[in-house]
Amino acid sequence: MMLVTIVLIPLVTALILAAVGRRLLQTLNILSSTLLLGCALWLLWQVSSSGAQSLALGAWPLPYAIEFYADGLSALLIVLVALVAFAVQIFQLGWRVDCDEPAYLALQQGLIASAMAILLAADLFNLYVWFELMLMALLGLLVLPGRTRNLEATLKYFALSMLGTLLMLAAIGLIYGATGHLNFQALAQAAEREELRQSLPLFSGLLLLALFVKIGIFPLYAWLPAAYHTLPLPLLALVGGVLTKISFYVVMRLGGQVFDLSFVQEAIGWLAVVTMLSGVLGAAFHWDLRRILAFHIISQIGYLLLGIALASPDGATATGFFLAHNMLVKANLILIAGLMWLGMGHFDLRQGGGLYAARPWLAVFFLISALSLVGVPPSSGFWGKLLLLQESFDQQRFVWGGIALATGILTLYSMVKIWLEGFWKPTPATSPAPAVAMPPAAVFAVALLTCAILIMGVAPDPVIRFLQAQSLHVWGV
Amino acid sequence: MTILLALAISLCVAAGTWLLLSRDVFRLIMGLAVLGNAANLALFMAGRPGGMTPPVIVEGAATLAADAANPLPQALVLTAIVIGFALLCFGLVLAARVSRAHGHSDVGAYQVSEPQASPGQDATKPPLMD
Repeated sequence: MMLVTIVLIPLVTALILAAVGRRLLQTLNILSSTLLLGCALWLLWQVSSSGAQSLALGAWPLPYAIEFYADGLSALLIVLVALVAFAVQIFQLGWRVDCDEPAYLALQQGLIASAMAILLAADLFNLYVWFELMLMALLGLLVLPGRTRNLEATLKYFALSMLGTLLMLAAIGLIYGATGHLNFQALAQAAEREELRQSLPLFSGLLLLALFVKIGIFPLYAWLPAAYHTLPLPLLALVGGVLTKISFYVVMRLGGQVFDLSFVQEAIGWLAVVTMLSGVLGAAFHWDLRRILAFHIISQIGYLLLGIALASPDGATATGFFLAHNMLVKANLILIAGLMWLGMGHFDLRQGGGLYAARPWLAVFFLISALSLVGVPPSSGFWGKLLLLQESFDQQRFVWGGIALATGILTLYSMVKIWLEGFWKPTPATSPAPAVAMPPAAVFAVALLTCAILIMGVAPDPVIRFLQAQSLHVWGV
Repeated sequence: MTILLALAISLCVAAGTWLLLSRDVFRLIMGLAVLGNAANLALFMAGRPGGMTPPVIVEGAATLAADAANPLPQALVLTAIVIGFALLCFGLVLAARVSRAHGHSDVGAYQVSEPQASPGQDATKPPLMD
């Protein structure tokens, strides 16, 4: 029951929000996000106390029914998505730029609903439908401010995402044609059949390619830095922190529980390190806060891919931890960028400055999240990277580990750039707008996420143990 | 039947890819539409079309007739068509709006959201959009 509730809460809220007047919008929105966070925590508690939860919809027996399924990793990610969504909704109470369209909150709830459903879906076609719904909600949100740059970004996003979903649809058709199944568990059994040894890797490889477009790995990420920076900032935190990671989770689940994709393991490792480097170098090139952070999303995806390329239980635990840490840190950094914008009047770092003198507490928030992204101890990012590097050196993957380390230094470079330009240097004489007061709701949201990051950094043990207890599998190892 | 469908799919993929590589924004959207039809056909073909008997177990029998049609891919394709159609409509309106805002339909010249450094400027520091 809990599993449907997780999807229904944001979905019903989206419908209600589309109908009610402006005054009720924010109240209902916050109420629903709080409820969702509560339900997500309850689901996590249920999964950790009584094992994975499954729900077959529509009175059919299992391989034929549409199934929702939550194991430890998906329950943990559901909690994190709900937490980030909650923080973003709180942040929006104090943020008015580009967020004032009546449809904005409804579409955002639709986005959250489809993200939750993707985390729960255990059926290929159902997965595809939720991906399409997520795409539709995001397209609406991208286009909503209506300026030329929004339309353009939407077009670029639309073209590449459509290509991705069409590949996914074709792959699902081919997989269904070969196996006669869509349910994950039934597919996993069918994948053992001898006569499918030759064809199935081809079809599941096509599905993987489609997911890679959605995740944004090395040659396929062009849509991400072209579109994300035009989103309203709180939404960028939600989308950048959560969305690409959800597609990544699907790769983890399909590769771990359904198909044997070990034939691309080596390739993914190399793609991972190239993705890492190209993302971080793109970030080093830019001066716009939003564009820097958008490129860092790509770089962090490289670490996640490295984790699955390592193909071991320890590698999977490390990937799970890194995924959890990165959702929080990325979202928080983008929200902090919003506060910096309020302080500097501009997203261009060259035109801002003096934030350390004006708002020392904001500098503290930024440092915690930035150092966590870089991986300086004791922060959540340190443990994530430590686990990943340990495993890659254990497996003698010295080049992969070395590039991951170098990427850490480059990440430090671009975080230091933000620090020096935004916080440390005196305010330039030509500084555009005067600083406005920080809305308390927005500061509270950032403080909430910072607390979560600190807790994960100081006490990573419960999360790591929880993930180890799930005995995550990747690539059938 | 299968050969014909396979031919149709490959034709659609070829035409769709060709249109997709165009720099004209409307051709691009059309390319996506044609590719979408190829994907739908592939999904449809997955059900091994050919069975003409309705997939209903007749009274007295315990199983379906051997040549019963497979209803699942049809349901899947119907869903995919509806979604694809909605997205196609959205895409066409979007293309119309973008090309009107720019006064031309050359996708390669749509650079407002990602401004390039003009020749006189420092290339490593691209100007910002706002």
